[in-house]
Amino acid sequence: MSNGNQPSFLEKVQALDRRVIFLFIALAVSLPLLFHVVFPEKISPIVSSMFDRIESLPEGSRVLISFDYSPSTVPEVQPMVDAVMRHCAARKQKLYLMALWATGQNITDETIDRVLKVEFPEYRYGEDYVNIGYKSGNQGLINVILTDLKKMYTTDVHGTAIDSIPMMAPIRNLRNFDIIFTFGGGFPGTKEWVLFAGDPGRIPVASGVTAVQAPLLYPYYPSQLLGLMGGIKGAAEYESELIRRYPQFESLPHPGIDMMGPQAVAHLVIMLFIVIGNVAYFATRNRQASDQGAR
Amino acid sequence: MSRRISRIIVFSLIFGGIACCVHSGAALAQSPDAAVRPPQNVRAIDTRGDEGGSITVMWDLSPDDYDGTAEAVTVIGYEIMRAESPGGPFASVGFASAGATRFADASTHDGTDYYYQVTASTSSGGPVSPVIGPVRSSPQWFNVNRANVFIIGIILSMSIIFYIASARRGKKLFIRRIAGLEAVQEAIGRATEMGRPILYIPGIQDMDDVQTVAGVTILGYVARTIAEYDTKIEVPTSRSIVMSTARETIKAAYIAAGRPDAYSDDAVHYVTDEQFGYVAAVDGIMVRDKPATCFYMGAFFAESLIMAETGNSIGAIQIAGTAMPAQLPFFVAACDYTLIGEELFAASAYLSNEPKQLGSLKGQDVGKSIAMLAIATGVILFTLHQVTRVQWFMDAGNWFKDLFLLN
Amino acid sequence: MRRQVPLVITFIVGAVLIIAAFIPHHPFGRLGENFSLYFDIIAVFAFLLGGGNLVRIHGGKFMRGIRSSIQEAKKGGGFWPLKFLVEFPFFAFGGLEDKRGRDWFFSLITLLGFFAMLYAGLFKVGNPDGWQGNVTNPEALFQEFYQSMFNPLQATMYALLAFFVASASYRAFRAKSPEATILLATAFVILLGRTPAGTYATDWLPQSLSFFHIPNLANWIMAVPNLAGQRAIMIGISLGVIAMSLRVILGVERTYLGADEK
Repeated sequence: MSNGNQPSFLEKVQALDRRVIFLFIALAVSLPLLFHVVFPEKISPIVSSMFDRIESLPEGSRVLISFDYSPSTVPEVQPMVDAVMRHCAARKQKLYLMALWATGQNITDETIDRVLKVEFPEYRYGEDYVNIGYKSGNQGLINVILTDLKKMYTTDVHGTAIDSIPMMAPIRNLRNFDIIFTFGGGFPGTKEWVLFAGDPGRIPVASGVTAVQAPLLYPYYPSQLLGLMGGIKGAAEYESELIRRYPQFESLPHPGIDMMGPQAVAHLVIMLFIVIGNVAYFATRNRQASDQGAR
Repeated sequence: MSRRISRIIVFSLIFGGIACCVHSGAALAQSPDAAVRPPQNVRAIDTRGDEGGSITVMWDLSPDDYDGTAEAVTVIGYEIMRAESPGGPFASVGFASAGATRFADASTHDGTDYYYQVTASTSSGGPVSPVIGPVRSSPQWFNVNRANVFIIGIILSMSIIFYIASARRGKKLFIRRIAGLEAVQEAIGRATEMGRPILYIPGIQDMDDVQTVAGVTILGYVARTIAEYDTKIEVPTSRSIVMSTARETIKAAYIAAGRPDAYSDDAVHYVTDEQFGYVAAVDGIMVRDKPATCFYMGAFFAESLIMAETGNSIGAIQIAGTAMPAQLPFFVAACDYTLIGEELFAASAYLSNEPKQLGSLKGQDVGKSIAMLAIATGVILFTLHQVTRVQWFMDAGNWFKDLFLLN
Repeated sequence: MRRQVPLVITFIVGAVLIIAAFIPHHPFGRLGENFSLYFDIIAVFAFLLGGGNLVRIHGGKFMRGIRSSIQEAKKGGGFWPLKFLVEFPFFAFGGLEDKRGRDWFFSLITLLGFFAMLYAGLFKVGNPDGWQGNVTNPEALFQEFYQSMFNPLQATMYALLAFFVASASYRAFRAKSPEATILLATAFVILLGRTPAGTYATDWLPQSLSFFHIPNLANWIMAVPNLAGQRAIMIGISLGVIAMSLRVILGVERTYLGADEK
């Protein structure tokens, strides 16, 4: 009960110091990671459509992967990229790597060093995969390379002339790719790839984005977007399916599956705080109503 | 004699048998999946509405198209072969996945005759369609695939211009109240009374984004009121061009308010293009300078919640406006007032109260009416098909839907 | 003239680009992408303005802060360099009376960071291929700065969102009205649906009630009512963009140019 000007316990709970909430969230995220809490995942249709497309492409198909994100979203997006890259390499498809974000170029290099060179040492640069790097221009760049890729890319990221790279010989523009994967969570990203490449060029586009961006892209699925991975859940679903079909990948890191544990616990903690806040709100409101009634 | 005849018969049978085996072996080598059928009805046309250099090859699916199982012997895709004469030699120009019924060959030269064949590919070769052609690519002067966009664009533009003109002639237009814009004066007044500055964030995109243009335009109106009240304003920007534009806008507002001496270039300063570096700087400004009012008007991404929550923690009144649907929930949760989507673009017209600007808002309503009518028509047609199972409703619905498809 | 020329340029460029969107024939077909590239080139040069402004603001703050700190250290007599060193945290972190020079230490950090990255990138410091090498070479100092400082700082800022989402949710999700209650219930379904807890909570439901299985309900909410709302907002935004763009192209809207409305 409110005692003069002193706020009651319930009023204090309603106006809880945000640092208390921050502390509980920190515990909710760190403890499951420390104790390796994981949950089983089942692939959803929106993710399986892109998985099945990769399965259906024959060996040697041309897959373009665009790294359209920055280090801030690496924890959320990188698991998807690693899983897709592993899948494509296991299917012996040709990988063409590029970036629409300046920060994407470094991430591409790291991913190549960590995934392709370590797990697929038989993959040869220039014949099985190539990194053509970052170019500025956002949707303007996509516009140009839809019709003439070599107008913008005269060398790869190492400065080698594009025409001297064997796997670039059959590539004239984006229409020469069998599928485009775009990973990111902002601008330029999936929407630009769909509007300026996938739709006008009729090229299948699949995407992996942050959980916040995913709802915006549902309108494009399935007619303009082949499939969509949204956040850690999407990554966990793809990783689970990959391990199910290719058991040799089970021993490799699967951060998507690992991070679902903290996500689940953090969600429950947020829900708990919302319940506490509402209980305090209703209790305070009822008490104020009864106090006014008594007067 | 009979022994000789029987030897002839036996040897004929043996050699005949061997010949049959070789022949059927050769036949098998030519069509290893004799059960797989080629694509049907292959045709090729000059790709419509392009700048040339492209031919679209279309076909009906092979009846043995991929059915999702790895075990069945089915078509896994289609290989498109091209030659410059009907007899060949044919070379592959591309591969389409199973389920695809068209392929755009974007490597042609205008004016050259081309001939095509489509192979239904299996894991071991596949049957080939008959040769079709000749067909040539050429550039077009009008993109017929965008004819529907052109027509709708004309209708919308004409309606906007019509309402601008009728507003100029003095016609009164009703515009509904927008709470966030009504609160602008109150928010500026609060900052003036408290003697604390106003923080204005025009988004993190450059001037090529129309949201940033809207944000800088609203800044002009806010700056005019600030100039009259003599309140301090701070505008950290994420892009250099936005910094220059914002300076011009604020300077003009101070001049229009008759206070050119009160203007200082330092009110607008560049921070960094980097998203999180920018929001770290803005948060620092908030925590140190404790503005009484924060405006967030423009394009935002993940940093929106960080800014809005920090603003909330210092007790500032916050008015946000963005056309980024993903960020709207964060602003709605953390800010006092939020301009949702089109309200951001309407804000400049609303705040100016100029008839010709308000007229453009009415023109938008024509577009909304068209959208609502089209959605209702489509929903009714498809629902009637679901309920009555009459095919005509489905056909009508698809025809109507295709009117709005971007090809 | 100062107001008319930009308006004329805006009108001509806007009108030409709109028309070019419908004409694929050379030279119109590539106009849109060419103008996008021109803008990028202009933006790069404009960065010189922004970078110069940053250096001027923080350089001024730093100099002013140092001068004020020294003046305060000199007050009351004594050996002022020692006093300056001893009271350095006070002077550097918000203790100065002079507001304009306060927190000058952060301005120093900003300037050091700016020039360090500029130097490392411009002169390709540590790059085994020297001046002609790729700026993103893993052995270059630029990459070292990027990996060891930029990446972790960016990830840290992004990680703040997890905490802020929780505090914003705690404050915002109160059942104050029927609409707020529906929003609250929907949020609960989505939060649970994105975790295995949602699966376990309603796994026992019979097949006929599978719609109420929380993951299915969450997917339905995202795919149907959420999508409808998003599409409606996007339609409104598109119309708003058309109206705003027309106002800008026709010169009805001129505030962003700093032009007088009269």
